Amino acid sequence: MSTRTLEVSLSTPSLDPRGNPTTVPLCVALPEYHAPQDDQGGEHMLINIGPQHPATHGVLRLVIELDGETVVRVVPHIGYLHSGFEKLGEYRHYNQIIPLTDRTDYLSPMANNVCLALAVEKLMGIDITERCQVLRVVACEISRIISHLVWLGTTGIDLGAFTPFLWCFYQRERLYNLQEAWTGARLTTSMTRVGGLMADIPEGFEAGLRDFCRTFPKTLAEVDAMFTRNAIWCGRTQGVGVINGPDAINYSLSAPMLRASGVDYDVREYRPYLGYETYDFDVPIGEHGDIYDRYRVRLEEMHQSVRILEQALDRLERLRGAPINVDDPRLILPPKHRAMSDMEAMIFHFKQVMEGVKAPVGEAYLGVENPKGELGYYFVSDGSAKPVRWRIRPPSFINLACLPKLCEGVLLSDVIAINASVDIVMGEIDR
Amino acid sequence: MTEASPSVAALRARFGGAILRHLVSCGDTIVYVEAARLLEVMTWLRDDPGQRFDYLTDVTAVEYRDQERPLEVAWQLRSLGRKADLRVKVELDQRQPLVVASVFDLWKGADWLEREVFVMFGVTFSGHPDLRRILMWETYAEGFPLRKDFPLRGHFSRAEQTRQALSANAEAHYSLEELSIAAAYDELPADMKERLAHGERGGVK
Repeated sequence: MSTRTLEVSLSTPSLDPRGNPTTVPLCVALPEYHAPQDDQGGEHMLINIGPQHPATHGVLRLVIELDGETVVRVVPHIGYLHSGFEKLGEYRHYNQIIPLTDRTDYLSPMANNVCLALAVEKLMGIDITERCQVLRVVACEISRIISHLVWLGTTGIDLGAFTPFLWCFYQRERLYNLQEAWTGARLTTSMTRVGGLMADIPEGFEAGLRDFCRTFPKTLAEVDAMFTRNAIWCGRTQGVGVINGPDAINYSLSAPMLRASGVDYDVREYRPYLGYETYDFDVPIGEHGDIYDRYRVRLEEMHQSVRILEQALDRLERLRGAPINVDDPRLILPPKHRAMSDMEAMIFHFKQVMEGVKAPVGEAYLGVENPKGELGYYFVSDGSAKPVRWRIRPPSFINLACLPKLCEGVLLSDVIAINASVDIVMGEIDR
Repeated sequence: MTEASPSVAALRARFGGAILRHLVSCGDTIVYVEAARLLEVMTWLRDDPGQRFDYLTDVTAVEYRDQERPLEVAWQLRSLGRKADLRVKVELDQRQPLVVASVFDLWKGADWLEREVFVMFGVTFSGHPDLRRILMWETYAEGFPLRKDFPLRGHFSRAEQTRQALSANAEAHYSLEELSIAAAYDELPADMKERLAHGERGGVK
């Protein structure tokens, strides 16, 4: 029997003479359905998705080989956004590289800025001030929440849930306003300097952030109520795109991609920077390594970021008025009014702008826990003011390399879900 | 922290002359390994119960401004269990073909990282199963962008780059395999084929 009649109840039900509620037919007499019996003649079909496709989260191109609706092979093609940042960095002073980092992972520019400053400070052997450390922690955790909110919203859309996207982007907007008040930019923040920060936080920032920390968990609770026990969400995410712990390590995955597979590894704990070891927070660990666990891990990470932000705000109160820059005129530009009136300050200003800050001969690698994974900057210096080599260890690039493995044998619609769960940003993959 | 990682002494005890030298820079330990025995050393570093470097953080290459210095390929290794890091390096003489063993069989994460070093520096990783270009397109012909002899603006002039881009066969970005599914190509009208052959924008011959 191929004919079926779907009926829905009217929203204001009326009764027929026999007392039964009336219904309206939604769809009657569908044409007979023939199952495609070997339509392809056993041939595999190739499908091209992207580079211009909303579900690939940027200019990612996937060539997918299908057997019916089952994925046989996925070949990602990348490079459409390649900008040669690493090459550009070799022609710039260390501080001039900071604007380039904004444009790699453009969903968490402040965290990138912090990583760059930390890597150069490691290379030069600089110890930053305590207030600077706390402010950088604030920057990192704000970035983490922003990035995870974008991930949560867009992944919801990919799987057909539109409402949480609006909630997430509303909250993200509140953080962007704070970020804009601090750095003057919503995207290209460039907020760190080697040895300090571009600027201290403005008046009202702390109050705004406290207000955010107080009200934001309510949004997370709403998303939690919407997704975590939602039958459609569970069906689309549980047991899809699974990778086990040893494989995740072997594929060099990091951050939620790794932790969802049950590997307890967080750079903030493994090799603490910015005094993260003195903050009280938990690192959520998944169990099954599927999309659902990645979602749970990221959701919990936002709660933990709020915890860290609250502790950082308490420390900022204690450190009010403390310096944000190291006290070294060779590193930090003098205030403009001094550069215009004081001979010595003007000389330091001139030397920094024209010659840059020289780093000693050597090399340093520093990795930080970015929202997308472990971001690492590797500098090699030959003693001049410009690096010989600036290498970005791009977390999304390395996580995306695992996509063909995750997509083996899944359905075509799952490829979209799995790709979303990797949390990629093409600016960083292509650099 | 200026102490070298204890892995260095263990490596020297095990491999002797294959460990060329080591140094400590900014707290990171760097070990230079003989290129011919790289795979052996890496396998030991991963599997030895005292080392257990199970996580390949990064693979990259360094070319110095001093053209006399050899090109270096660097592997950032990490042991998640022992919380230890080690940077292994191999020096490649630029007058010889730049070839080094692939560690793909040890760490699958090396796949795209080695492909990137291949396209950016021209280092060939022998034993890599799929050493295609990445980040740059298949027919890219300007050289190796991150090498020091590669000018910032590229080898080709802007006019030449534009000419090549416009005269490129739009379908050349697809592999033969991918092209075989585009059976409809034969049915396109002649003028559209002509436009596609010169790129959609056309105009420049």
